[in-house]
Amino acid sequence: MPSDADLVAILLTLKLAGLTTLILLLLGTPLAWWLTHSHWRGKSVINALVALPLVLPPAVLGFYLLVLMGPHGPVGQFTHAIGLGTLPFTFGGLVIASVLYSLPFVVQPLQNAFEAIGTRPLEVAATLRARRLDTFFSVVLPLARPGFLTATVLGFAHTLGEFGVVLMVGGNIPGRTQVISMQILNHVEAGSYLQAHWLAAGMLVFSFVVLLVLYSFAPYTRRHH
Amino acid sequence: MKFLSGKSTVGHLKTGIRISLILLLGSTGVQAADVHVAVAANFTKPMETIAAGFEKASGNKVIASFGSSGKLLEQIKNGAPFEVFLSADQKRPQAVEAADLAVPDSRFTYAIGSLVLWSAQEGVVDDKGEVLKSGQFQHIAIANPETAPYGKAALETMSGLGVLEALQPKIVQGDSIAQTHAFVSSGNAELGFVALSQVINDGEISEGSSWVVPLDMYEPIRQDAVLLKTGENNAAAKALLAYLQSDAARAVIAAFGYAVSVPGTLAETTSLNAE
Repeated sequence: MPSDADLVAILLTLKLAGLTTLILLLLGTPLAWWLTHSHWRGKSVINALVALPLVLPPAVLGFYLLVLMGPHGPVGQFTHAIGLGTLPFTFGGLVIASVLYSLPFVVQPLQNAFEAIGTRPLEVAATLRARRLDTFFSVVLPLARPGFLTATVLGFAHTLGEFGVVLMVGGNIPGRTQVISMQILNHVEAGSYLQAHWLAAGMLVFSFVVLLVLYSFAPYTRRHH
Repeated sequence: MKFLSGKSTVGHLKTGIRISLILLLGSTGVQAADVHVAVAANFTKPMETIAAGFEKASGNKVIASFGSSGKLLEQIKNGAPFEVFLSADQKRPQAVEAADLAVPDSRFTYAIGSLVLWSAQEGVVDDKGEVLKSGQFQHIAIANPETAPYGKAALETMSGLGVLEALQPKIVQGDSIAQTHAFVSSGNAELGFVALSQVINDGEISEGSSWVVPLDMYEPIRQDAVLLKTGENNAAAKALLAYLQSDAARAVIAAFGYAVSVPGTLAETTSLNAE
């Protein structure tokens, strides 16, 4: 059976993934919208930056976060100056790391969804004198619903599986930064394979079910070339 | 020019091939081989020096992997291609023996480790460790006590001082003693328990502030080496273990602040705490 420490890790991980996904939807929606509709020439730079966590080793991200958010880094000095202290080894630090780490998993599905809608429905709404915000909520949101579902599920699931970044900046603190993947490593290194199996199998089943739900209920709109 | 003619070019080529063959055969003649070694993270710096000395003396090549003893043990149990295991404790080499993965009677203590409470900043750690009682800090880093013997020793020290409970919320854990050192040296943790070997330089701790924890405050960190069955037929692996017990290697080990076990007796560690 999972131990109490395992349950604490599971709850913490769910909290981290939930909060991260929420923040990413709030930040990612305007960003994806802007990336879809902006004609700015430097847009590809932003696109590349957003996609960076897809290819970057988590250790690189974790290393830079440790240095930047540490007491000698610019971010660390800023957070210290405004009374937050430094972020490594804190839950808040993990949230920030996770937001960066899972950014493309939320922004890219949204961007795809917005691109698929195209400009035509927006123009029609405009001729009907809909305000832009109104258009967004009554036209774009319903049309982009599959994109939002994909973004939510992928952002959540990807944060659940976070490991390399947490290893670098987390400090393995029960109840604060000891997420499921860290706890699995602890069990394996301590030779407690049975304990590791509980968590690992749980993650496997959960991840599979999540993707199964995604593919069953949100069939992608087929694009014709 | 004469040697540019077709015939002599071929001649040169032949000579070249002959020379490279001689070099190739020559190198196999002295039995130069690779040794894959799993090394506990605390022994990283001494191992680099020792490996260089061994490579120079024997012509063999050392390929070392560093990590927490717990992680290395699990990798060995699961078929990692290591031939020699330098653990940070005795328990894990014994576990290797119990799993029938070690060459019988090959285990010996190569070093006895020292724990030090260290800060990268001056004036944080006093030479009696009173800072632990004051608790005037945000984070104290230790190695994972489940997998790294230096982490276990850190817990024993804090427990012995009666401060463990009070400090518990401030403890951050590194995956190995190497990561623990990184947490402290980067300043993310103001202080932490690390291995003396990580902060010692030419026989003294030159950076930051420190307290070398008295040896009677924790179970001795006897670090054992063992020859794995995978290295049983590799002469270079055996040679490395022999070299580890040579005077040259012992001098390096002692210079990094370890006590070196002499059969039957234990050498004294030099006291680095200011009086």
